[in-house]
Amino acid sequence: MSTSESDNEADLPEAKDRRHFLEKATCAVAGVGIVAAAWPFVSSMNPASNVLSKSTVEIDIGSIKTGEVKTVEWQSKPVFIFHRTPTQISAMQDSTGSEIDPQADDDRVLKPEWLVVIGLCTHLGCVPSKKQEGWFCPCHGSRYDNSGRILRSPAPKNLHLLPYQFLSADKLLLGKA
Amino acid sequence: MSKVKKWVDQRFPLSSFIKHDLVEYPTPRNLSYWWNFGFLAGFVLILQLLTGIFLAMHYKPDALLAFDSVDHIMREVNYGWLIRYMHAVGASAFFAVIYIHMARTLYYGSYRAPRELMWWSGQALLLALMATAFMGYLLPWGQMSFWGAQVITGLFGTAPFFGDEIVIWLRGDFAVGDATLTRFFALHYLLPFLIVSIVVIHLIALHHVKSSNPSGINLSAKNNIPFHPYFTAKDLFGLGIFLIIYSYFVFFNPEFLILAENNIPANPLQTPSQIVPEWYFLPFYAILRSVPDLLGGVLAMGLSVMIFATLPFLDRSKIPGGAKYRPIYRVMFYIFVLDVIVLTYVGAQMPTEFWTLVGRIATLIYFLTFALLPFLSKYEEKKLRQKGLPEEIEELIRCEEQYGRGGKK
Ligand code: FES
Repeated sequence: MSTSESDNEADLPEAKDRRHFLEKATCAVAGVGIVAAAWPFVSSMNPASNVLSKSTVEIDIGSIKTGEVKTVEWQSKPVFIFHRTPTQISAMQDSTGSEIDPQADDDRVLKPEWLVVIGLCTHLGCVPSKKQEGWFCPCHGSRYDNSGRILRSPAPKNLHLLPYQFLSADKLLLGKA
Repeated sequence: MSKVKKWVDQRFPLSSFIKHDLVEYPTPRNLSYWWNFGFLAGFVLILQLLTGIFLAMHYKPDALLAFDSVDHIMREVNYGWLIRYMHAVGASAFFAVIYIHMARTLYYGSYRAPRELMWWSGQALLLALMATAFMGYLLPWGQMSFWGAQVITGLFGTAPFFGDEIVIWLRGDFAVGDATLTRFFALHYLLPFLIVSIVVIHLIALHHVKSSNPSGINLSAKNNIPFHPYFTAKDLFGLGIFLIIYSYFVFFNPEFLILAENNIPANPLQTPSQIVPEWYFLPFYAILRSVPDLLGGVLAMGLSVMIFATLPFLDRSKIPGGAKYRPIYRVMFYIFVLDVIVLTYVGAQMPTEFWTLVGRIATLIYFLTFALLPFLSKYEEKKLRQKGLPEEIEELIRCEEQYGRGGKK
């Protein structure tokens, strides 16, 4: 396609610069195009809208007696709703948990008699089981107190909190503060 | 017939391929039975592909149906029990064969030049195999399936900044659920094809550099013999032995490696009293649990799998041949194998203080073996050469220094 004359022309410095610029521009446009084309596929792996619609649930807590825990499902995760006794409340208010992740009990509850936490161990996500002094994780032996605060590793954090509000004295809305 | 052959050969190098790469393919005549395991791995791969495809004809990747569809395969599908047990036992057999194959490579130093790319493609195969096995294990949708997937996908939550988002993206839900099951099924079906293509690369590299052999020295042409019939016969004999053991598990003890807990349908609200992965993941799981910090544990576990790739760099000895001719390396090899067995055992135990301690020591030894290898291999070489090696070996080392390994016959 080229004669020897235009070959020489193509070797001129400006021509080279232009060629390099064109190469880079082509790569950049192609790169953006590939990312844009990949996005729908990546995004399709995120939770679908029916999964997202599970994001809030209403829970009737009138039936939970003092000292009892009810486990409910929210966003496919277990949530512990714990109706604490006055002794448990005062014991928890007196401590800040352990030095692993210290936190005041007040910062973990809306009303002191109701503890609402996500029931997944912060280590690798097993469901801890209720014990007298709090929770015990069967998987690797983490312990939590009655405020869901971590007492013994390997778990690195207190049981996670979630947004919730009291719709009435015995109705909870999980998922929205 | 010969007309057809001729017609094909003019268009595709079929006869010459069969001649060069199957029949006359030059193979060191001193290969021992340890060299059977590559062939066996290929055999198990085909077995898994075939049984898997037939299982997929009856399995339903839906959280509501999956558990029952496995039951349906076991009870109602003609020979469904056989196909499923072949596939389940096959997974374990695959790892057993691969681990022996790797141990052979370690013992004979077959990962050294010029076979680094074989070792690295093997590393890629190991990773793909692990991913495939992990995803396949979710499909029966039993308690262990579910909680194993929950724990392992949860590990990605330790990634900085986007940890939670990554976990949700991987699962397609806030916890392992229907979306996770469906995508794991799709990927469990996809990855074997990736494995097949890496195997092709592994084999092309093999046929370029040729098999290593117990002496560790590249043999001269007169010490090679044609692959067929010598090694076709040897491989088939090994296959017979393999099939006897495999059939024992399939027909007489199929549940031996299936945890009883996995016969209970998945329940997202209740964790089994102890979560144990399949035996082939236990050493790595033990390493994960041995590190007190979670992120550190995840990194250590990843490293413990990937670290094999560094061996061609870490082993700096110029002494040709395997562990047989390298006393220090040999001791390290046996300590390492023993250590992996200890880790496997620890991974299955409840994390009491005692087992945590044992796990930590074993983890330390695991990584120390790799960390010390560069120094010990150099030291060993120096010692051996001081003591005086046979002149042929010195000659060989000189050759290799000059031409690169395998450069000169
Ligand atoms: S998941 Fe709870 S201690 Fe590991």
